[in-house]
Amino acid sequence: MAVCVAVIAKENYPLYIRSAPTENELKFHYMVHTSLDVVDEKISAMGKALVDQRELYLGLLYPTEDYKVYGYVTNSKVKFVMVVDSSNTALRDNEIRSMFRKLHNSYTDVMCNPFYNPGDRIQSRAFDNMVTSMMIQVC
Amino acid sequence: MEGLTLSDAEQKYYSDLFSYCDIESTKKVVVNGRVLELFRAAQLPNDVVLQIMELCGATRLGYFGRSQFYIALKLVAVAQSGFPLRVESINTVKDLPLPRFVASKNEQESRHAASYSSDSENQGSYSGVIPPPPGRGQVKKGSISHDTVQPRTTADPQEPASPVVSPQQSPPTSPHTWRKHNRHPSGGNSERPLAGPGPFWSPFGEAQSGGSAGDAVWSGHSPPPPQENWVSFADTPPTSTLLTMHPASAQDQTTVRTVASATTANEIRRQSSSYDDPWKITDEQRQYYVNQFKTIQPDLNGFIPGSAAKEFFTKSKLPILELSHIWELSDFDKDGALTLDEFCAAFHLVVARKNGYDLPEKLPESLMPKLIDLEDSADVGDQPGEVGYSGSPAEAPPSKSPSMPSLNQTWPELNQSSEQWETFSERSSSSQTLTQFDSNIAPADPDTAIVHPVPIRMTPSKIHMQEMELKRTGSDHTNPTSPLLVKPSDLSEENKINSSVKFASGNTVDGYSSSDSFTSDPEQIGSNVTRQRSHSGTSPDNAAPPPPPPRPQPSHSRSSSLDMNRTFTVTTGQQQAGVVAHPPAVPPRPQPSQAPGPVVHRPVDADGLITHTSTSPQQIPEQPNFADFSQFEVFAASNVNDEQDEEVEKHPEVLPVEKASDPASSLRVAKTDSKIEEKTATSAPANVSKGTTPLAPPPKPVRRRLKSEDELRPEVDEHTQKTGVLAAVLASQPSIPRSIGKDKKAIQASIRRNKETNTVLARLNSELQQQLKDVLEERISLEVQLEQLRPFSHL
Repeated sequence: MAVCVAVIAKENYPLYIRSAPTENELKFHYMVHTSLDVVDEKISAMGKALVDQRELYLGLLYPTEDYKVYGYVTNSKVKFVMVVDSSNTALRDNEIRSMFRKLHNSYTDVMCNPFYNPGDRIQSRAFDNMVTSMMIQVC
Repeated sequence: MEGLTLSDAEQKYYSDLFSYCDIESTKKVVVNGRVLELFRAAQLPNDVVLQIMELCGATRLGYFGRSQFYIALKLVAVAQSGFPLRVESINTVKDLPLPRFVASKNEQESRHAASYSSDSENQGSYSGVIPPPPGRGQVKKGSISHDTVQPRTTADPQEPASPVVSPQQSPPTSPHTWRKHNRHPSGGNSERPLAGPGPFWSPFGEAQSGGSAGDAVWSGHSPPPPQENWVSFADTPPTSTLLTMHPASAQDQTTVRTVASATTANEIRRQSSSYDDPWKITDEQRQYYVNQFKTIQPDLNGFIPGSAAKEFFTKSKLPILELSHIWELSDFDKDGALTLDEFCAAFHLVVARKNGYDLPEKLPESLMPKLIDLEDSADVGDQPGEVGYSGSPAEAPPSKSPSMPSLNQTWPELNQSSEQWETFSERSSSSQTLTQFDSNIAPADPDTAIVHPVPIRMTPSKIHMQEMELKRTGSDHTNPTSPLLVKPSDLSEENKINSSVKFASGNTVDGYSSSDSFTSDPEQIGSNVTRQRSHSGTSPDNAAPPPPPPRPQPSHSRSSSLDMNRTFTVTTGQQQAGVVAHPPAVPPRPQPSQAPGPVVHRPVDADGLITHTSTSPQQIPEQPNFADFSQFEVFAASNVNDEQDEEVEKHPEVLPVEKASDPASSLRVAKTDSKIEEKTATSAPANVSKGTTPLAPPPKPVRRRLKSEDELRPEVDEHTQKTGVLAAVLASQPSIPRSIGKDKKAIQASIRRNKETNTVLARLNSELQQQLKDVLEERISLEVQLEQLRPFSHL
């Protein structure tokens, strides 16, 4: 179960960030912020190859004691960061991948909306619902 | 009882009602009588009333306290909206219109009825009772006692020029009315309120009269302020569309829009009542939408791109966020473009929103674009994943026709079922895991498939064919090739081998020759081959050069068991005249006849025969060798073959003779250098004739070709120095002693001689190779010169 989902724009500012309302959400925000460095590092490591060859799913960015942070980058350098609870061992890599895939699809739908200006915060209800579904239950 | 949450309007409304019922002015308990009367005025079935009373707890308590009263009122509203009566529906039903109570006698009511003439057309219960359009400045008609709550948009007279009233603006308006109105009921005076709303009424009446034609959602009762809404939109029809809209809750705002024509409005009003689906699009609406669609996209089957749609809907002056949500709802296939159906749905949603209806979380069924395989359940199932989950039946906008108390009994059920569908689908979709086919097992590459090694025949195919032919023809002679080889154990293996090899080589060459040059019948050749095979080493007469059978090679003369005696005896009969008993290796040649083709072999054969005859039985095994040699002698002497082919064959004949180990290859090599080979061939027979080498298979072609030594000699003379050299070389060698004498001596001598010829030929070969290289170099240089000299025409 994801406790925090964030969509980061290309310029590394958040387009959407939502946390499970547990304790201070600021902690999750901070985790996402630090994970951006890891994301950039992974991108640059693979950056020598063509972008197409680079896989979108980055995998586990870094684990902490309580949480694990996963990353995903689109071809337009939009990053999805997901923080999951470490205690949830049932989460397999495939499930994380599917969650990111759903995120990506929903993000694409948001982009397709002509009323959405790229770079704005994502305020789509459909997107919210999808994220809610991800946060409530596992995949 | 559950906590009851009332909106401001509801709060005030209820308090007014409570005050109305609170005849005794206790402010705590209302009189049952009045309550019952009130409930009856609600035009609910009696059982519903009883149910309400039971739910609110009044029956339990026996009286109506304020809370119970409020709950009861809420339940009345619920019942009137058509939702099932449940305790939880009190708070869950959102946007509930205020409960409507029809007063039997009410001056204001009559006034209302008069003013809302259009309403009278509506359902009976609707007369005078108009659901409070959400947010409309509801001007309470007179006193609460009458309980004809006519939501009025005070905003209308107050803000005649107000544009689309945003929902945020609406609530403030209602308090206005309420505030003004509350003054009156506080006193409990039923009359006073009338005064209050009086001023409201007048403008309202005026507006109403004027606005009866143009109207908005609330079935034309509200004076439509000159709205600037939808300025860019085509004006009138949209308003008419709103008539079909169901009023939202009292709290919500309804935007008043001018209606094009009263008739249209009335008509729509009439129609709206018959609709069960609050979101259904009427025909007029649809037509209007289609017209709008045409302005953007003439082709009705085409798409409106997102950008054009964005501009269009931005004109509605709805907030972008809401437009974005409308887009999400209406773009069914998520393609960034709107089809006609999608456009109508979007337009409808915009109109609804402008009139104060809350946007649903998911696209209503009636607005869903008609797909081929569209099923209600599937539709509903699909939506939730996209749009979200309908929280409650309340998302269905308030019952469209306010007068229909039992409106849409099916609607909430449908909603709930849709909810169930949503959850179901959501669950199914969320239950995950598309199996990831990450590892693509590449299909087995057929190229990498292990190919069964195809045996390739190294030997010349022709010979192979000949062998096949041989097998096919398969005479007795052929079969006993091996037995023939085996039989004459007595016979010298050398002879045997020699003969067989000779046959082989002869066959081989013969194969070549036969196919290439010889026009002789293949039968002959075949027969020759047959003969050769059968003879297996004895005098190969006209037979084709024996194929290079490995047999004779490995089997040395000694090892091979040849029963020459037997063969001789066997072959004797078959032998023709002049042919003495052949050694068993040499099956009786069917035609020792001196045919031109086999002429070559004839002398050989004859010689062989002669030699054979000359030899003693014990020497029979050796005879083939000797015979061969003699044949070779004869051949060398008589072989005058003008045909180059024969010479070519001679060479291969010669080579095998000298290179016993590889007759076939030698033959082939001989093939390449025809002339040179010829010379060698010519000399070879001589060599062969000189040396009786059991190992050296006298080349069958040599024998075959062996026409006459005379032929050979001239040939030799004709050739260039090489031939001369060859001749010299060959001449140097002592001729093969005809007298065999003893086997060993003869064999050794033949061996010696063959070795000598081998060396000579090897030297010759090297020299010829060198010559070839030189010639090639010259050619290259010449070509280069030619290129240089040639004018650059090609440039």
